[in-house]
Amino acid sequence: MKKLKASRRIGGKHRWNANKLLLHHLHAAIFSLGRLSRNALSSLLTLAVIGIAIALPAGLYLLLNYASHSVSNWDENSAAISVFLRQEIDLPTAQALQQKLLQRADINSIHIIDKDSAMQEFRQFSGFAGALDALDSNPLPHLLIIQPTLNEDSSTQDLQQLEQALRTQPEVDLVQIDTAWLQRFQAISNIGQRAILVLGSLLGIAVLLVIGNTIRLEVYNRHEEIEIMKLVGATTAFVRRPFLYTGLWYGLFGGLFAMALILLAIFWLSQPMQQLLSLYNSDLILSYPGLPTWTAIVGGSILLGQCGAWLAVGQHLRKIEPS
Amino acid sequence: MIQFEAVSKRYAAGRDGLRDINLMIDAGEMVFLTGHSGAGKSSLLKLIGLLEKATRGQIRVDGRNLGRLKGKAIARHRSRVGMIFQDHRLLTDRSVFDNVAIPLVVCAYSHQEIKRRVRAALDKVGLLGKEKTSPETLSGGEQQRVGIARAIVGKPPVLLADEPTGNLDPELSAEIMRLFADFNQVGVTLLIATHDIALIKTLPYRILTLNKGELSADSMNLHA
Repeated sequence: MKKLKASRRIGGKHRWNANKLLLHHLHAAIFSLGRLSRNALSSLLTLAVIGIAIALPAGLYLLLNYASHSVSNWDENSAAISVFLRQEIDLPTAQALQQKLLQRADINSIHIIDKDSAMQEFRQFSGFAGALDALDSNPLPHLLIIQPTLNEDSSTQDLQQLEQALRTQPEVDLVQIDTAWLQRFQAISNIGQRAILVLGSLLGIAVLLVIGNTIRLEVYNRHEEIEIMKLVGATTAFVRRPFLYTGLWYGLFGGLFAMALILLAIFWLSQPMQQLLSLYNSDLILSYPGLPTWTAIVGGSILLGQCGAWLAVGQHLRKIEPS
Repeated sequence: MIQFEAVSKRYAAGRDGLRDINLMIDAGEMVFLTGHSGAGKSSLLKLIGLLEKATRGQIRVDGRNLGRLKGKAIARHRSRVGMIFQDHRLLTDRSVFDNVAIPLVVCAYSHQEIKRRVRAALDKVGLLGKEKTSPETLSGGEQQRVGIARAIVGKPPVLLADEPTGNLDPELSAEIMRLFADFNQVGVTLLIATHDIALIKTLPYRILTLNKGELSADSMNLHA
């Protein structure tokens, strides 16, 4: 019986401590939020700096990610080889060549774009219709688009062999493999990704320092208040808590601000982007990022805010003692 | 309640704050601490409130050995000792209510409890109508009373006051002393540092005298 009573008492004390801690947290959260709203202008300026610093690398990353995603959608056609025939070759000769080449094992299919339909398409999309009318004859050659047979062990070397074979055909003027620009794009995209990583890290550090410095300044400004708090029995944890929440709020609102900026940028870019994509005959549309992306952006921002706050209050608060 | 055993306090500059103090104050006593400026009155109060630590010797308050307290325990000790200062130490950017509420907020009292206790404390010092005003707009005597309300709101068993009447005229000083006597009536232990000899000569309490950091006299004022 005695034991039961004792354990109940301990349980009660635990609950009381938990309630007390919850109350402290609630108080610190609301108190720090109130402080931010009271200095609305300077808080907004800080938030804008954080928001921009986060939106910049995050937005660039999304854009690059989107671009490589779009390109990878073209992958199935990516290995296509464009074979431009010589100007004087007529359509029957081209078709004969098509039949002849189809015998090869390393060619899967061949599609002919004859010079007249090519001209028509060019007239339609290039905007040079007037200039093209001034020409006496069609300057475009016939074009064979060759889909090589690709399987898992086909290498770039096989492709190069095929290219070589095509080049030696007497009817052929120019052979172009589309993978070249794809590879280049991939390389550029890799550089871009690293550049964004560097930029993101630097701006992340900047956010950390901005939040850290803002909070450090606040600690300095509230020196007297901290002393009095400690004088009447506040622990270092109690005094520190509102500052950590300040960091949390800066991170949260800065992240939301960054999110708004990115949304605005996507909205602003979506129409011209659509136009560009339609020129590439792509039916992709510029989509808004999903929940995981937003969670990552806002979560990362909150994390930076917390780290910045810890950086600022770490040893500093412990040293402020009443005298 | 408060016990000093061979306590010395030496400051970084090599200056002696206190030298070999032995002292015993019982629970429920009201004691005046007097002496010239620089005699060590403030140092002694700071040691009890644990704003500073003794260089040598042992101090016990309410059974706690102050030299052994760390971190949270220091904070808890401070919440059990109310301190009143000559310069009030109020936060001018907060209302009288918020100033008095600080010790309760630190101890996580509920909102209703804080309201009730702060109003009771302000009522005790006669400032119930001034909750929403800024301390800056109050007179010196009123500010001191806000400081006293803050010190008593958490109902600490020990109250320390450092020159609480330093800037007040005799009438207001007497009023503050009556307030302290009231607290003492309900069992609070008080130690009041003052150099206002004329005032304490009229009051029937024990007087400790410090001289150059040493306890030079410990007497009961029987003339009052």
